[in-house]
Amino acid sequence: MTEPLIDAHAHFLHEGCGRSDWRDVNAARLRAGERMGITCHVASVLGSFGFRSPTYFPSPEDVTAGNDEMLALCRKHGALVRMLVTVNPNHSAHARREIERCVEKGAVGIKLAASRRADDPLLDPICGLAFKHGLPILHHIWQHRRHEWPNQEISDGADLAVLARRHPKVTLILAHIGGGGDYLHTFAAVRDVHNIVADISGSGVDRGMLDAAVVSLGSQRLLWGSDITMETGLAKLRALEHTGLSSADDIKDIRWRNAARVFGSSVATGTSASRTRRRRALHAGPSRRTPSAGKSK
Amino acid sequence: MIDVNALIGPYPYRYVPHPEPDVLLRVLDREALNGAWVGHLPSAFYRDPSQGNAQLYSALVMHAKRLRPVPTIRPDWPGWEGAVVVAKEAGAPAVRAYPPQWQLAPDDSRMRDLALACGDAGLAMLLTVRFEDLRQRHPLDVAGDLQPAAVRSLARAGGQVRLVVAAAGREFIEEVHWSLTPAEQKQIVWDFSWVWGPPEDHLAKLFRTMGGGRFVFGSHWPLRLSQNPRANLELLPKEFARTRLADPERLFGG
Repeated sequence: MTEPLIDAHAHFLHEGCGRSDWRDVNAARLRAGERMGITCHVASVLGSFGFRSPTYFPSPEDVTAGNDEMLALCRKHGALVRMLVTVNPNHSAHARREIERCVEKGAVGIKLAASRRADDPLLDPICGLAFKHGLPILHHIWQHRRHEWPNQEISDGADLAVLARRHPKVTLILAHIGGGGDYLHTFAAVRDVHNIVADISGSGVDRGMLDAAVVSLGSQRLLWGSDITMETGLAKLRALEHTGLSSADDIKDIRWRNAARVFGSSVATGTSASRTRRRRALHAGPSRRTPSAGKSK
Repeated sequence: MIDVNALIGPYPYRYVPHPEPDVLLRVLDREALNGAWVGHLPSAFYRDPSQGNAQLYSALVMHAKRLRPVPTIRPDWPGWEGAVVVAKEAGAPAVRAYPPQWQLAPDDSRMRDLALACGDAGLAMLLTVRFEDLRQRHPLDVAGDLQPAAVRSLARAGGQVRLVVAAAGREFIEEVHWSLTPAEQKQIVWDFSWVWGPPEDHLAKLFRTMGGGRFVFGSHWPLRLSQNPRANLELLPKEFARTRLADPERLFGG
C-alpha cells in the first residue's frame, strides 16, 4: 500500500460557478492528484465563487448550494474526497444549520473564508459547534494584513491567534502560508498558539518559507496542501526532503499524519467520516523538537 | 536543459538561503539540469551595476562550464555600450535589464537602444516581470511589475532583438504574444516559473495555444523553489508528454 498523501486545502467548482470549464478544472485536480499520489482531497466549495455572490461573502443560498455540490462530490468519489462545510458567519443561524446538516452527512471540518474577521465574536458559535463535533476550522488567511483589501474582510495570523486563544480546545488551520503576504509575520504571530496548525498550500514557493515554518511551528503543526496551484504543492513536497530540518518521520506527519489527527482517521483510512468521528485530541500540541537552522537548497 | 532564470547573491528585502554558485551547482545536479544562465541579484538594485557584474564574472569563472554569466546593463548609465562588449567577451548569452527598478517607462528609447545593441552582438535581453508576489513586498519595494507594453515595445524595436521574459503569468504572456506579429512572437521566449499548473492548467493552455517551443525552463532560484518548474511539467496533461521546450542556446539560430 502506498503511503497516504492528504491535501488539506482543496477546492472544487460546480455548474453554478458560472464557468463553462468547471468540469475540466475538477477533472484536472483529480488527474494531477492521481499523478502526485493524493489519497484524499479535503475540499470545500465557496458558494458560487463570485458568480452570484462574492467568493468571500457568499449568500446563504450560495453557501447551501455549494455545500450540496460538495456533498455530491463526496458521494461520487468516496474516500478520495472529503468535505469541509463552508459557512458565512454573518448569517449565524444559517451557518449553524449548515454545519449540523453537513456534519451529519460526513463533513470532516469547517471552512471559513474572509466573511468576518477571525477575532469577531460572530465566530464564537462556529467554534462552539466545532468543539461539539470535534471538527477543525480551516480559516482563510492573508499573511500579515497591512491594510484592507477589496472583496474580503481579511484576517491574518494575529487575528486568528485571538480566536484560537478564546477557543483553546478547537483546532484552527491557518490557510495557505504560500497564499500571499508575509508568512514570516504569521509564524511569529502564531508560534506560541498551539491549537493553530498551518497548511503549506498556496502559489508562493519562496525558498526559506518551509524552513522558517518548520523552525517556527515544528513539523507536527504543518499540513500539506495545494489550494489552487497543485504544482507548487508537489514542489513543496519534494523540497521538504531537502530542508535538512524534517526527518522522514516528520515528513510523514506533514504528508498525512497531522491531517489524520486533525480531520480524523477517515481521511487516511477511507472509512466513513460520520462513523469514525469522535472528539479528538484536536491540536497537535507543541512541536516535538525545534530545529535550529535551515539548509534548504 | 538549461535554467535561464537563476541568480546569485542576496536579496535586499528578505533573507534568501545560500545564494551561492556552488549550491546552485548542486541544485542543477539534483534537478538534472545541464547548466544555468546566472545573474547577480543585488545588481538589480544597484545604481551602477558594473561592480555587481564584476562580482558575477569572478564568482562564476571557476564554474564556466555550467554557469554562464548574465550581467546587468543599465542603458541610462553613461558608457553602457562598453558593458555590452565586455559581456560578449565574457561569454554571456544574455544581459539582464530591469526597467521598473530604474524607473524607465515602457517605451523608453534607451531600452530599445540596449535591446538593439544586444541583438547586434548576439546577446538576448532577459527581462524580469517581478521578483516577489505583489502581496508580500517590503514597504520600500515600490518599483512595481514590468508592464506588458514594455515587452511589446522591445519586441518591435528590430528583428535582431531576442527577449527572454522571466516570471510572467498567463495573462501577461497572452497579452504580449497575441499583440505581436508572428515574426515578432518568435523573438520572445518565456520562462514559466510563475505560470500556474493544475487545476487551472494555465501552462497547458499556453502550450496548447502558443506551442511549447515558445517556452524555456526557468526556476527563479534562489528566490523560489527550484523544484517548481519541473513539477509543473510533470503535471501537464498526457498530450504534452513529448512537447519540446525552446533551446535558449539557439535563440539566434545555429
